[in-house]
Formats: sequence, C-alpha cells, structure tokens
Amino acid sequence: MSVRRWPTTGLLLLLGLSAAGLMTAPHLILAAPAESTMGFVQRIFYFHVPSAWLAMLGAFTCGGASALFLFRGSERADHIAHAAAELTVLFGLCTIVTGPLWARKAWGVFWQWDVRLTTTLLLWIIFVTYLFARRYGGPGGRQLAAGLALFGAADVPLIYVSVSIWRTIHPKTTVVSTLDPGMRPAFWVSMLTFTVLFLALLHLRLGLEAARARYEALYLEAQDTGLLDE
Amino acid sequence: MEAFVRQVAVLLAKDVLVELRAGELIYATLLFSAIVVLLFSFAFLGGSPPTIEVTAGVLWVGLALAGMLGISRSFEREREADTLRALLLSPVSRAALYLAKMLGICLLMIAVCCVVLPALGLLFGLHIERIGLLLGLLALGILGFAAVAALFGASLGRARVRELLLPLLVYPLTVPVLLAGTRGTYAVLYGTEQSLLDAARWLRFLLVFDATALLCGLWLFEPMTAQE
Repeated sequence: MSVRRWPTTGLLLLLGLSAAGLMTAPHLILAAPAESTMGFVQRIFYFHVPSAWLAMLGAFTCGGASALFLFRGSERADHIAHAAAELTVLFGLCTIVTGPLWARKAWGVFWQWDVRLTTTLLLWIIFVTYLFARRYGGPGGRQLAAGLALFGAADVPLIYVSVSIWRTIHPKTTVVSTLDPGMRPAFWVSMLTFTVLFLALLHLRLGLEAARARYEALYLEAQDTGLLDE
Repeated sequence: MEAFVRQVAVLLAKDVLVELRAGELIYATLLFSAIVVLLFSFAFLGGSPPTIEVTAGVLWVGLALAGMLGISRSFEREREADTLRALLLSPVSRAALYLAKMLGICLLMIAVCCVVLPALGLLFGLHIERIGLLLGLLALGILGFAAVAALFGASLGRARVRELLLPLLVYPLTVPVLLAGTRGTYAVLYGTEQSLLDAARWLRFLLVFDATALLCGLWLFEPMTAQE
C-alpha cells in the first residue's frame, strides 16, 4: 500500500480556483443588473441554481457509484457514493433554505406544495436517510444505502422535467437560456465556482475515506500479527 | 417459465400457511389499522363533517402505517428463525423470492383495506360511487408500496436498528404512491367529469411508478440481499 503525497497538486488547484471564484463572484453578482419586479432578492438566484445543480449532480454521482458498488463490489465506488451523498445533503440544504427566501418575495409564502419543491425535498430526505442508514445501519447498512441511492438518483430526472410536465409555479428550466446578457457573467461564474468547490470537497472527502480504509486495514493487520495483544 | 411461476406460488403458499397457523401478524395488523382510523377520527372529527380531502388522506396514511407494521414484523419473524437466509441459500431464483415476498405484502395490505374502507364508511361517512376507479387506485398503490417494501425488507439482513430503518427507507421512496393515491382518491370522491379525468391521470402515474419500482426491485434484489 503506497502512501500518497498530500495535499495533491490537483486538490491545491481546485481549492485555489474555488477560492478565486468565491472572491470574484460576489462582485459580479453585485454588478449584475437588478431584476425589475424582484429587486435585490432576485440575486439569491446566483446561489440557489448552482446549489440545486450540485445537489442533483451529487445524487447522480452517488447513484452511479452505488450501482458500481452493488454489482461489482468496488470499495472505491462505495467511498465516492458516501462522499457524494454528503455533498448532496449539504448543497440540497443550501437549495431548500435559499428557495423559500426567494419564494417569500416572489409568491408571498415560504413554501408551496409544488411538484418541483416536493421532489427536491424528497431528494434531500432520501439522502439524509442514506447517511442515516450508513451511520447506524451496521454491517448490512451499506447495501441498503446503495439501493436507496439508486432510487434517489431516479428522482433527479423527475425534478428536472417536473417544471415542464406539470403546471407549476416554479420558474422553468428555460430561465437560464433566456437570461439577460448582463446577468450571464455573474451566473456562469457562480455555477463554475460552485462546481469547482464541489469537486474540491469531493476530493478532500475521498482522501479522508481512503485514509480511514487504510487505517482499518492496518489495524486488522496489526491484530492478526498480535501487535495489539498486550 | 412454468417452474418460475410454481416457485413463486410455493413460496407464497408457505408464507400464507405460516401466517394462518401463527395468526399473530394478521390480527395485530388488522386491529392496528382499525385503531389508526379511530385515532384519526378523534383527531379530525370535531362535530363538523370531514371534507373528502381528509378522508382520502386518512385512507392512504392508515394503509401505509398499518401495512408497515405488518411488513416489519413479517421480516423480523423470518430473521429470528434465520429462515430468510435458508431461502436465499436454497436453489430458488431470487426473482421468484422477491415476487413471492411482494405478493405476500400485497395480500396483507388488501386485508388492511378490508378493515380501513368499512371503518371510513362508518366513521367518516365515506360514500363511493365509482368503486372501480378507487379499487384500481388501491390495487396499484398497494403494488407500488409492496414492490419497494419487499426489496428493502428482505435486504435488512444483518443491519442494526432494522425496525427503525425500514420505515425510514420505505416511506420516502413511496411518497409518490401516497401522493398519487391521495390525490386520485380525492378526485374519485369529488366525482365530477373533470376530476375523474384527473383520477385516471393519477392511475396512469401509479402504473408508471409500479413498473419502475418492480423493475428496480427485480434488478436490485440479488445484489442487495447478498451478505457481506
């Protein structure tokens, strides 16, 4: 088992990029034109949409990795799934906290039983349960969680198309392609920064998981050779 | 194919026979479903007649609560005697085992329905004109619920906090069933031309959900029940 140098150049690059992005994005967001009806509150959009996109990306990553774990028994895939699930919960929380703040101004209420809101909340709950099953499930918990993640990933396309199929009050997906040119730099820099941050966190989390696996293997080895007996 | 159907039938008959001899599970579940409806009636009926929205909700939540009680008990019984492991080791196809477990859960939930529906008629003044549509919604809803519950119930295996985990895993995944069931039942009870069209739409939604859940179940049952 080789010990990798830490932090790796890739991680440093990701962290540097996300730090630079996080410093530039607020200026761009403030410089972007204010939306006529929503005013200042509309700027939540630059935070809300990237969070939602990453929650969905995380769910998808977790689902794919869980399938690899279930069918191939790949340990690394299991680590990826675990890390991605945590990020889904984190960014999902950002989404469902910023959403109601925006909704209070746009619709006058914090929460509406709308299809997209419901499916997003459902996604978040599924991945919280995923973490619960892994944390407290014991030996069989990993398989259960992996099965859950696959169902969770199936929810993602539903969230994405929900605004087009059902009549909902949530803004449609086309809002991005019809964005005011002045808002584009702020929006895309936010998207990019969040995505790089996501990758950096995923990378960090995977390193931690690999270290833990190595520690467990070493512990078992030490136990086998009788080093821990006295 | 014929052998497969026979395997499913034998496994299902075994579960039914075990239950008929023991009896504990079915009576407890039926009693519990009556109690659930009663509790809801205490919570909602304060003199004014309940709206059909409440009645539709009570029907489906009662079904989900009572069903879950029976389901977790049935898998716990399998685990106590380690019979599920014996079944997994025996030369039956995993798909047959999954389908038999799923059909067993369906039977249990149909029994629950037989208690909840009359109780709703008695306490909530449930009056159904389009019984066919409602039965269709119930049948598809139960199928979807059972398809998810059988998969996770059988895969609990050696997991800790099993009795806590099962509802946590199954309820979020069956939210679409509860949602479609409640909205569909509401539409049936409302009874206008337009709302019946709505009910038919929820019926189709349930059909899609059931197909997806069944396919996922058949696909995931084998790797998920594999013990580490």
